[in-house]
Formats: sequence, C-alpha cells, structure tokens
Amino acid sequence: MSRAADGAQPPAGAAGEREPVLALSGVRRAYGEHVVLDGVDLEVRAHEVVALIGASGSGKSTLLRTANLLEPIDDGVIRLAGRDISDPRVDADAVRARIGAVFQHYNLFPHLSVLDNVTLASRLVHRTPKAEAERRGQELLASIGLADFARAYPDRLSGGQQQRVAIVRAIATGPELLLLDEVTSALDPELVGEVLALVRSLADGGTTILMATHEMAFARDVADRVVFLDGGRIVEQGPSRQFFAAPREERTRAFLARVLPG
Amino acid sequence: MSAASPDGAWRPSELELGRRAFRRRQTWRSVLVSALSTLVFAGLLAWAVLGSPGWARVAETFFDPEVAIASLPRIAEGLLLNLQVLVFAAVGVLLVAITLATLRTLRGPVFFPLRAIAAGYTDLFRGVPLLIVLYLVGYGVPALEFFPRLPVAVWGTIAIVLVYSAYVAEVFRAGIEAVHPSQRLAARSLGLSHAQTMRRVVLPQAIRKVTPALMNDFVAMQKDVGLISVLGAVDAVRAAQIETAHYFNFTPYVVAGLLFVLLALPMVRLTDWVTARMRRREQIGSIV
Ligand SMILES: Nc1ncnc2c1ncn2[C@@H]1O[C@H](COP(=O)(O)OP(=O)(O)OP(=O)(O)O)[C@@H](O)[C@H]1O
Ligand SMILES: [Mg+2]
Repeated sequence: MSRAADGAQPPAGAAGEREPVLALSGVRRAYGEHVVLDGVDLEVRAHEVVALIGASGSGKSTLLRTANLLEPIDDGVIRLAGRDISDPRVDADAVRARIGAVFQHYNLFPHLSVLDNVTLASRLVHRTPKAEAERRGQELLASIGLADFARAYPDRLSGGQQQRVAIVRAIATGPELLLLDEVTSALDPELVGEVLALVRSLADGGTTILMATHEMAFARDVADRVVFLDGGRIVEQGPSRQFFAAPREERTRAFLARVLPG
Repeated sequence: MSAASPDGAWRPSELELGRRAFRRRQTWRSVLVSALSTLVFAGLLAWAVLGSPGWARVAETFFDPEVAIASLPRIAEGLLLNLQVLVFAAVGVLLVAITLATLRTLRGPVFFPLRAIAAGYTDLFRGVPLLIVLYLVGYGVPALEFFPRLPVAVWGTIAIVLVYSAYVAEVFRAGIEAVHPSQRLAARSLGLSHAQTMRRVVLPQAIRKVTPALMNDFVAMQKDVGLISVLGAVDAVRAAQIETAHYFNFTPYVVAGLLFVLLALPMVRLTDWVTARMRRREQIGSIV
C-alpha cells in the first residue's frame, strides 16, 4: 500500500475511541408523500472509506446532500466530528467548508482557469493568501499530472481530467470528509480508470470518504465498508469483502445479482 | 499546435489542391454574381425613386447639401449630449439591472419585500412607454421641488435608466437561470456563501451568456437617447428641429438620422461579431 510511501500518514488519533467524522441517526427526508430517506443511521469513522450502493432512486445522492447540508432533513440528527450540524443555528457555509464534495458532472466552473477552480475556496472561504493557495494548487495539479493545464479552461480537458481536477479541488482545503457522488458515471468507460485510481490513492493516503457508486468491483477493492440502501433504509452493511462474498439479506442478494455480471 | 517536423512536413495532396482550386473559382464566381445583382438592384431602385414625379421636391427639402453642411456643426454638438447621456445611462442601467436581477433570485421570507419590489418594478416599467416616463420624470419630479434644479438631460437620463433597467434586468435573470443548477451546488459545497456564489460563479457565467442580448439592448438605447429632446434638452434631435425651422428644410433631420446610424454602426458590427464568436465556441462543444 502507498499509505506509508506517500508520507501522508493519517494524523495520530487521540487515545481510544474517537467521535466518528460523520454520524447520521434517524435521518428522514421526504418529497411530499415520497419518503426518500426513512430513518437512516450511518457512521463514517476517520480514515474510513464507505461505499454507498443501491438502485437508482434509492436515495444515495439525497443522503450525500443531506450530509453536506445542501438538502434539508425532516427529522434526525447529523453530526460532524461530534457536533450537531443539523441544528438550524449552525453556520452551514462553515460546515460545508469542512467537507469536500464532487458530483456526477458540471463540477468545474467553466469561466475560471483550472488553477483558479482549484484555489477558489482557499482564497474566498479560507482566506489563504493567493500565492500560497496557488502554490498548493500547482502541487495538487502536478500530483495528478495536469500541471500544464493550470492556466487552461476546463473545456480543454477530457471528462476524466475534469473529474480529477474536481476531486483535487474538493481536497485542496484539507476537508475532514470527502463526499463523492458517482463521480465516474457520466464518463466514457476508458476514462473511468484514471478517476478511480485517484480516488484509490486518496483512500490509501488516509482521506475519509463517503461515496455513492455503481462500480461494484471498485467498492469491493477500495472501500472498507459497504452500505446498501433500499427503500430509504439501510438494508445491510458490512466490511466490503464480506459484504460481497456473503450478503445476508435477501434484498441485497437480489440487488447484487442484478448489478454483478455472472 | 505545431506537430510537423521540417523534413517530414505535410503537403496537401493532389486531391486537396484540386478542391482548393475549385473553391477559389467558386468564390470568384459568387463575388461576381453578387456584385452584378447588387448593381441591377440598386439601378432599379434609383430609377424608381429618381423617376418618381415628386422626387425633385423631395430632394430639395430632404437632401439639400448646403443645408446639410450648414446644420452639421450644431447637430454634432447636440449629439455630444446624446453621447454623454448614453454613457451615464448605460452604466446606470447595468448597475440597476444587475441589482434587480439579483434581488429576484434571493430566497427566504425575509427578502419577500425586496423580491416583490423588484418584480413589480420590472412589470411596471416594461409596460409604460418610454415617452410617458420621460414626461413624468422630466416634468413631474422637478415639480415636487424636492430636488435641486438639475439640467433636463439628467432627468432624461434617469427616465431612460428606469425603463431600460427593467428590460435588462429580465435579460440578466434569464442568464442567471440559464446557469446550470449544479454550478451553484458545486460552489456551495466548497463553502462559498450565497453572495459569493452569485458574484464569483453565477453572475460571470450569466453575463457571458447574455452579452449578445445586452449589446442589442444597448443599440436600441443608443437611438432612444434621442427622445430626451422632448424635454427640451438640446441634443442632436432638438438641434435638428431648430435647424429645420431655421432653413424651412427637413435636411437636418436626415443629417441627425445619419449621425445616429454612424453612432450605432460600430456597436451593431461588434454585436454580430461577438454573437458569431460565441456560437462558434459553443459549437466546438465546450461542456457547459
Ligand atoms: N427535488 C426533488 N423533488 C422530488 N423528488 C426528488 C427530488 N430529488 C430527488 N427526488 C427523488 O428522490 C429519490 C431519490 O433520489 P436520489 O437522487 O437520491 O437517488 P440516487 O440513489 O442517487 O439515484 P441514482 O443512482 O439514479 O443517482 C428519487 O426517487 C427521486 O425521484
Ligand atoms: Mg444519484
């Protein structure tokens, strides 16, 4: 594993049990009659990679958006590092600044250069001096082999390159948690690999990740834990190898039979 | 992108050379055809106009070269006022319109009054004819004796800003709505506030999208600044009116009209150019 080689060791944890980075309990979200999240309990611990799987419309994106406060919830509690962020009195912008997020598409701002995209949040939200933000941005772009595109505009990049820039933009400010919502599903098949490789290297480097994905093989290989969402509830979750090798629930087996070839 | 090495340089094939020769011949032919048809068309038009029974009188009262030259300095001086009004009005319209459009995007009950005012404003001023607003602002507001005495051109400028802001605000709003909602989500996910998202992400993209439409409105405004003459401001139109009365001849109006066209031409061309360029860029297939 490159965990050690990277030198990006996870910071030494405080003694004993620590608060999970993200903890949802009893989270409910409904659109009118349609209950999308029906009492979801979920924890993501530091340096853990959790894959969220489930059929289309099962509420994966909704769950990720609630974690980010981009979606209001109708009941339940969401905690970030132990603090209740679903309290209406918290500063939602400040919470979002501590969480990175990448969606399926349209992540990059087309009117800003690649480097400006990467440094925007550092400069505006975290008030990092421009020179420092740009140095860090260049570093990040170099780490994904796109240093030469720093001054280019996003429309010059391939879809896979754009998603990789979106991912490094999300981690540029050192967030405590990274949310990924099917970051490869809008890509041509030959571009999927490079994006997944980046996610894998972040996972190996100790980034805490909650990701919705349709890539079952990737979930099995990279995620520490897999969470299966169906009908607005978590039907089953477990360590990824075990989850795919021996699913306990009938609904999980039916879902896996549908999405896994053979 | 220079990929060709000096020795293995690419040379067009026989086939391509043939195609180019053919295209050149085609170009020549179409230039010739269009020149000819223009000549014929202009000839016919000239024959119809010049041959008409009243042409001699019209030429005398509308196209008198001496009157044109004599009235030109005064009218040009008046046009200077139009230009000033135009510059101030354009800046005013941009500021007011962006503010209105932004107000209409605010969410939350606190902002209801602001949203309602912005919506009412655009509905009202898109409905009232500019001429009426000019009269009301130009004669009505000073009559309140609330403001210090100001030149009529200032009131005219204000009236133009009031009316045009309503249109331009709608153009901006359309532009704001045309920005993909994911862009807003992406910006907010980064921790940007609503205001930062608006200013740094949404508005820049919206303005780009509506630039051709805005330039078009600017061209319309360029000639509508001539309407301040109804308040008695001595602009190009008013100057032409005075000269017309002086010479008992309508040529000054034609001169003023031509000056307005000359004023508008660069902007009209620029608008076409920008529109064409944006269309080209979009066709290349930028993703957003
Ligand atoms: N704004 C909305 N208004 C009404 N219904 C919505 C809204 N957003 C999502 N939904 C519904 O909520 C359900 C869950 O949507 P969500 O996007 O979270 O699913 P998903 O698991 O991410 O699906 P996919 O795999 O297709 O991305 C869907 O049935 C969807 O129709
Ligand atoms: Mg989704």
